[in-house]
Amino acid sequence: MPTIAFQECTVECAPDETVLDALTRQGLEIPSSCRNGVCQTCLMRATEGKPPRTAQQGLKETLIAQGYFLACMCKPTESLTASLPDEAVVQRVSARVIYREYLNGDILRLRLLPYGAFHYRAGQFLQIRRPDGVIRSYSIASVSEIDSLIELHIRLLPNGSMTTWLHKEVREGDCLEISGASGNCFYLPGAPARNILLVGTGSGLAPLWGIIRSALHEGHQGEIHLYHGSYNVAGLYLESELHALAEHHPQFHYYPCVDEGEGAAHHSGRADKIALAQHKNLSDWQVYLCGHPEMVKSAKRSAFLAGANLTDIYADPFVLSKTP
Amino acid sequence: MSETGVTTNLYDRLGGAAAVDLAVNNFYRKVLVDDRINYFFEGVDMERQAAKQKAFLTFVFGGPNNYTGLDMRKAHTHLVANGLNDSHFDAVVENLGATLRDLGVAEADIAEVAALAETTRNDVLNR
Ligand SMILES: Cc1cc2nc3c(=O)[nH]c(=O)nc-3n(C[C@H](O)[C@H](O)[C@H](O)COP(=O)(O)OP(=O)(O)OC[C@H]3O[C@@H](n4cnc5c(N)ncnc54)[C@H](O)[C@@H]3O)c2cc1C
Ligand code: HEM
Ligand code: FES
Repeated sequence: MPTIAFQECTVECAPDETVLDALTRQGLEIPSSCRNGVCQTCLMRATEGKPPRTAQQGLKETLIAQGYFLACMCKPTESLTASLPDEAVVQRVSARVIYREYLNGDILRLRLLPYGAFHYRAGQFLQIRRPDGVIRSYSIASVSEIDSLIELHIRLLPNGSMTTWLHKEVREGDCLEISGASGNCFYLPGAPARNILLVGTGSGLAPLWGIIRSALHEGHQGEIHLYHGSYNVAGLYLESELHALAEHHPQFHYYPCVDEGEGAAHHSGRADKIALAQHKNLSDWQVYLCGHPEMVKSAKRSAFLAGANLTDIYADPFVLSKTP
Repeated sequence: MSETGVTTNLYDRLGGAAAVDLAVNNFYRKVLVDDRINYFFEGVDMERQAAKQKAFLTFVFGGPNNYTGLDMRKAHTHLVANGLNDSHFDAVVENLGATLRDLGVAEADIAEVAALAETTRNDVLNR
């Protein structure tokens, strides 16, 4: 009989019993609602053992790749070690700032060396925890298979608490506490022929830079179209690197977009609008949207209406914290 | 599966959970571009809304669910307060039919789905 290890308990799962039933039978509290594999309230993650595929119906591929499953649909065929989603992604590591450089007027590139194992996929995000307890999320721009250091792109916000500290006080050699990595916005090997559309605004380029390099590193063959938007030319960055990447990889296309200002080198208008106007049929495309929350929200809807399936749209709105 | 083992129920015939997964994108897309009803679906997180659309599809496909008439009433009370009426109900059933037709479902099965939806009309419209 398979067993389920959860927190301090190990529970036997009877034949035909779900993980949800087995755990709640022991008085353990697992959130649930429909108990029918529909609402995803009972989402859990197997950190050991493989949940049956039937317990992963309707989940995003990225979640499936990380062992997530629906407890109410899971009649395990092998023993599992399971956790609730949040708990599984917390992993605290101290990391030294090895390198800092300005990518443009207000975006700082930080490269960190983690002390201890730090597993991530390019495009996921981690949390930086300041000694006084302030926590903020930042997307990972490096690719673990290529880069030895973790790269972040931090945009300075006026009066922003964490960003002011990172920009003005943190120096090379200092240590930061990081945790993570989480999020579903990353490249999925296994479908090298599919086309990919990526739209990012501002430092929303950070995860996309990671995803694109990761895709090319994995030998992705389908088309890859990146639209990076900013208010003006000064807000763009990594332009020459991206142009160089496009020269080396004919399947990769780069479109820098600016709201204001004209020029042969840039597209004029909002990045998401330009992207969706140029790609009217997105059925079977994978779509990545990162940055300004309003852009992400409206582009998600437009991409969906243009034919992309919701499970193929990966979005990271850079939502600001409510508590400063 | 019936006792003879030959005929299957509607939900299985349509393809079960996999059919729900397949239909949900097309159905939701149709609803979002239908100006008669799309304003009922605005402003809600798309993933959460899609999960509810799946609950809806599972229900009208005759699949396993725990919804009672009372649940159906409660889920739509605030919509009725905003003017939800028979014409909107008909529009949803129409989009449902069109979705299934796109997927190549037989007309007889589409009629059965519509009939199942019909049983909820009074609850959905809080009458
Ligand atoms: C998944 C995810 C990924 C992210 N990735 C990145 C990334 O790669 N790069 C990046 O630069 N950012 C990223 N962000 C955003 C980042 O997490 C922070 O929210 C951002 O850096 C601001 O942090 P802060 O502490 O400097 O600003 P905060 O102190 O939180 O302030 C944010 C803004 O609000 C204003 N503000 C603060 N308090 C008030 C108040 N009381 N009243 C009015 N206005 C106020 C500030 O002036 C500032 O402009 C990401 C966010 C998420 C959720
Ligand atoms: C055809 C019969 C219908 C059925 C069987 C049905 C079924 C359902 C179900 C199962 C839910 C999810 C409830 C929950 O778990 O929270 C739901 C929610 C919803 N339904 Fe319906 N529905 C029907 C008709 C309609 C119509 C006609 C409209 C509007 C045009 C509508 C709009 C909505 C909306 C907006 C929600 C989400 C409510 C919220 O969470 O705010 N439904 N419906
Ligand atoms: S409780 Fe709704 S998916 Fe499991």
